[in-house]
Amino acid sequence: MTLSIRLPRIAAAALAGGALAVAGVAFQALTRNPLAEPSVLGVSGGAAFGVVIGQSLGLGLGLLGAAGLTALAFAGAVVAAAAVYLIAGAGRLSVQTLLLAGVIVGLFFASAITLVISVVDVNRLGGVIYWLLGNLGTLPPASLGLFALCAAAGLWLVLARARELNLLALGEEAAQQLGVDAERLKLRIFAGAALLTASVVAFAGPIGFVGLIVPHALRMLLGPDNRRLVPAAFVGGAIFLLAADTVARSIVAPAELSVGVITAFCGAPFFVWLLRTRYRALL
Amino acid sequence: MIVEARGVGFAYPPSRPRRASPFRLADLTFGVAPGEILGVIGPNSAGKTTLIRLLTRVLEPAAGEILLEGRPLGRLDRAEVARRVAVVPQGLPPQFPFSVEELVLMGRFPHAPARYFEDAADRRIARGAMEATGVAELAALPLDGLGGGERQRAVLARALAQEPRLLVLDEPTAHLDLRHQAEAAALLRRLNRERGVSILLVSHDLNLAGEVCDRLLLLAAGRPVRIGPPEDVLDAALLEAVYGCEVHVDKSAASRRPVVQVVWPDARRR
Repeated sequence: MTLSIRLPRIAAAALAGGALAVAGVAFQALTRNPLAEPSVLGVSGGAAFGVVIGQSLGLGLGLLGAAGLTALAFAGAVVAAAAVYLIAGAGRLSVQTLLLAGVIVGLFFASAITLVISVVDVNRLGGVIYWLLGNLGTLPPASLGLFALCAAAGLWLVLARARELNLLALGEEAAQQLGVDAERLKLRIFAGAALLTASVVAFAGPIGFVGLIVPHALRMLLGPDNRRLVPAAFVGGAIFLLAADTVARSIVAPAELSVGVITAFCGAPFFVWLLRTRYRALL
Repeated sequence: MIVEARGVGFAYPPSRPRRASPFRLADLTFGVAPGEILGVIGPNSAGKTTLIRLLTRVLEPAAGEILLEGRPLGRLDRAEVARRVAVVPQGLPPQFPFSVEELVLMGRFPHAPARYFEDAADRRIARGAMEATGVAELAALPLDGLGGGERQRAVLARALAQEPRLLVLDEPTAHLDLRHQAEAAALLRRLNRERGVSILLVSHDLNLAGEVCDRLLLLAAGRPVRIGPPEDVLDAALLEAVYGCEVHVDKSAASRRPVVQVVWPDARRR
């Protein structure tokens, strides 16, 4: 009885955590930047803007509405990532410029979301504030199925090219000289990472920092080989977000915290710690 | 010929390099014979790096053609090129925590791009490449913890694991101290002899090039100036014209090869 209520939420948490962690690995490999992650890069913000637009048009979490929200989130994620890429100056992405560009794009879309919320009838955007913090409510089974499908597609896009992703770490030119079609690889990984981010944002809200915490912890354990890292990140991200959701539900019971609050409380200090210790030399 | 360039020309799109006169490469004709070591030398922005990019199909020539074992380079796919030509770049990106063995195994990619994990044969070949450059004992160590000479040899092992016909080296002794420079030069000659791999060596170090190479190609401002044995190319009058500074050419007492020395502008006053 409790299980049948709990199960969809558990599934949603596992999917969201796994998808975000894999998106983190993908963005880190793509930008060759260890601090890249959907929320840090502003990509989650772009996806969230897409979802808010959808919600203001009356799209809900039924199957059709959810599909529309996911598509809008994907469009938003692509626009945000393209903006970051252009601001940071295409060619060589240094750690600093990439992070700055991500912050700028994230702030821009946060303001755009605030604008939409202030303009649109509040009743229409009922749960928007709650959702914006990242919230694993109960999804209808059909929507949950769509979420699983998007996450699986995104995971496959990244996982099947994990060996090439390793070569990309040598630099784009070196990867090409080893036989990798770098342009196609980047496009495919980008599509996968954007799809993973967009589906999580559409179904659970912009939950931050999972893509940073989980890949780094696993890299310390397993090393940098993406062929092991990507599947491990999916499993590890699922477990991490399940745990975070459990804390979110119980820490202020009978009230409930948004799971995004928990991940941000873990992730922000973790980000600072990474910056001050491991990646000091990069800044 | 392993690789042959016939009247190759290339120019970067005008917007990309922010320099006064846009860089162009023109009328480049040369070949690397089986088992040969060809050195490419020349002043800054002579076209050395562009030449490497053209030979590995990172860039496509605008004029002329490049043949790889007699076949037009443009008709080969990336993996086919990578099975024949391996590049040892100047440096590894920072933050590179892969182990030596993981790096060397990457060299096996072009031989089976569809394979997800390397197989036993790949591992055996990688092991042989690590032994050839003396990094077999370092196999499990992360690359970011190695010294410059060890790193260089690990990257060289990665290139050997590609089992190329032609090895392209970009400034192989940059950032190496004297002992490691000497070891690197000896290693290249040994690999050339024992494995029969042809080498194209791009370097600013005229003495390394003169010592190691069978022939030299001198480039200046995107054009070939002279190609021939080191004694012909390392000619004081020619080098002074190309580099725009006074040089003195001697013969090494040990190898009878030419040795080039810069005469510092203020040397005579002291």
